[in-house]
Amino acid sequence: MHDAPETLPTEQTVYLDHAATTPMLPAALEVMTTHLRDVGNPSSLHASGRAARRIVEESRETIAQALNCRPGEVVFTSGGTEADNLALKGLYWSRHDADPARNRILSSSVEHHAVLDALHWLAAEEHAVVDLVPVDAHGVLDLDALRESVASDPGSVALISVMWANNEVGTVQPIEEIVAIATEHGIPVHTDAVQAVGAIPVDFAASGVDALTLTGHKLGGPYGVGALLVRRELTLTPLLHGGGQERDIRSGTLDMPAIAAFATAVEHAVKAQPEYAERVTALRDDLVRRVVEAVPDAHLHGDLVQRLPGNAHLGFPDCEGDSLLMLLDARGIECSTGSACSAGVPQPSHVLLAMGCDVEGARHSLRFTLGRTSTPADVEALVEAIGPCVERARGARER
Amino acid sequence: MRIVAAMSGGVDSAVAAARAVEAGHDVTGIHLALSRNPASYRSGARGCCTLEDANDARRAADVIGIPFYVWDLSERFHEDVVEDFLDEYAAGRTPNPCLRCNEKIKFAAVLDRALGLGFDAVATGHYAQLGTAPDGTVELHRAADHAKDQSYVLGVLTQDQLRHSLFPLGDTTKSAVRVEAAERGLLVAEKPDSHDICFVSDGDNAGWLREKLGERAPNHGGAIVEASSGRELGRHEGTYGFTVGQRRGLRLGTPAADGKPRFVLDIEPVSGTVTVGPREALTVDRIDADRPRWCGPAPTSYTPFSGGVQLRAHGAEHRARVTVAGDRVTLELLEPAQGIAPGQAAVMNDGTRVLGSATIVATSRIGADA
Repeated sequence: MHDAPETLPTEQTVYLDHAATTPMLPAALEVMTTHLRDVGNPSSLHASGRAARRIVEESRETIAQALNCRPGEVVFTSGGTEADNLALKGLYWSRHDADPARNRILSSSVEHHAVLDALHWLAAEEHAVVDLVPVDAHGVLDLDALRESVASDPGSVALISVMWANNEVGTVQPIEEIVAIATEHGIPVHTDAVQAVGAIPVDFAASGVDALTLTGHKLGGPYGVGALLVRRELTLTPLLHGGGQERDIRSGTLDMPAIAAFATAVEHAVKAQPEYAERVTALRDDLVRRVVEAVPDAHLHGDLVQRLPGNAHLGFPDCEGDSLLMLLDARGIECSTGSACSAGVPQPSHVLLAMGCDVEGARHSLRFTLGRTSTPADVEALVEAIGPCVERARGARER
Repeated sequence: MRIVAAMSGGVDSAVAAARAVEAGHDVTGIHLALSRNPASYRSGARGCCTLEDANDARRAADVIGIPFYVWDLSERFHEDVVEDFLDEYAAGRTPNPCLRCNEKIKFAAVLDRALGLGFDAVATGHYAQLGTAPDGTVELHRAADHAKDQSYVLGVLTQDQLRHSLFPLGDTTKSAVRVEAAERGLLVAEKPDSHDICFVSDGDNAGWLREKLGERAPNHGGAIVEASSGRELGRHEGTYGFTVGQRRGLRLGTPAADGKPRFVLDIEPVSGTVTVGPREALTVDRIDADRPRWCGPAPTSYTPFSGGVQLRAHGAEHRARVTVAGDRVTLELLEPAQGIAPGQAAVMNDGTRVLGSATIVATSRIGADA
């Protein structure tokens, strides 16, 4: 399919940060630029408006078909963060309003900040009781702990939110088991599947989740557009009030060109997924094996099997991750410390800490993520550079 | 050379970085994150520790066209600068944290890391000049712009540190730097200078010290005593609020017998006694200092030499006879100075050349009766 590199950021750059964002699919870029020339608000009643609306609805149907949900269950948003906030706050408010006893939210300790910080806000401002269920050393949710937490008082659980796959270490969560635990008590489940869609099989209806977050720019679509898939039966309290677009759950003029490109990217990513997974997993395994050959004490974080194809999160003992990142960057190799930044200052990753890693270990890590446009030459370049760069970064630390 | 340009987010370090690029160096911009909680440091556009400053530094690096990273040195900064500042105040002294930051952070932690990562030197926006003596010694000299000269806060740098330093602004005036920044399209061209201590919000040193010192020694109240009579004139809430030479904020009900203003002469941290007296009593002409740091080879012990001494940042230079005895330095001032507080640094110069610095431990008046 798309084995050859299409749109690398620059010719010299070895881009190994696809989990941060990945190049747009040329077909999506084409669709988007074409429609940027069109006039017509999808909410307008005239011919131009109807034409725009038609593209939005076709896009909705395309996404619904790719991810196996009903078109009416696709709520377009400005991206993953908004979709997560809408799911958590919208579900919490509506479930809590319906029954004030429901004041607990169960989630995992390794969620993205779009979920974690929304939960912290709900706890601080809305008196929600948030229980972050622990994970094991590989980042897999402790199902017994979740079961126990639910069982302690099932009637008080407003919702459960667990990410489909982790953005830092790539661990895929046991969504099926989580849904089984929740269903027993009629508790809705939200999942942040931003990293999962297009990388591993995602089937909304079959998964049994009630709400699912996805975003455009992680799968070959544009920035600034995403969706929350949400079962029709569920009531969500809106965050954004206005024109009543998107089932009155989410107001705001629909960004037709972005939505069309997003749908093109989702369709392609889902169709290409099996082949993508096979090719990228092989590339990733090669990367890990050869980096560990070059730096014998380097080690992989996360689960070996239940893992996103493109993710290689590696620990380099006695080697500051941000020094290593800078040295690789100087050679045109781009990767991530995989952690949130405050003022550009890397904080030790909450994900690694939750997995039992100490602060030192968390700082001595880098995330390399492969994607659709990755090639063996990218791995080659990293393998060549990593040994000397690690040595240098270690030297800088010993001084 | 491969250079790390320390970029605070201010105009000086931005122009310094741009000049380093123009001189043909391979420059990487580094902003030092010094606060453990960036939001808690001084707000507004005057510091080097706020989120806004980090963004200003990043935008300057964009305009100059160099890579930019933030290095987190908050732990080192807290241990070596903030804690030291508190310890000094707890001991009744008046430290200058900028010298400590240069000694321990900018030209130590940052420089070490830079050298380790394959860089050759650190460039900053300090106003000071470097020269090379015939024997190869790197000399630190005062800036061409005497009003802006910052060699005082660099007087703690050793030969090793100076060899890996670059001060691209040393030959320029501040106003020329602002003009140059505007010409280069740097948005920080009009940004005000920073004057306060970067980790003290709103410049409220006393309030900050009161909070941070907590139960530590000088945070208890004590007596304000008149030097001549030994009389208690009032009480205070903590010695941290005082510095030698201070006149304002004494809040004494009783005026002096001669009606003249009174000044803080001495602070005794253990008892909490603050001694006050007339301006004349602040005049000193002998200074004992320790912990010397020499920019070049240390002067010969026990052989007095003449030099200039600067006793505070942007303070006047006093002519002095300097005697070094190992780790102790005695300064006999030919022109007496006023209001010199223990803890301050004495920076010794020979003409425009900076010889080194030492920390003031005691002051006295030899020529009092002369």
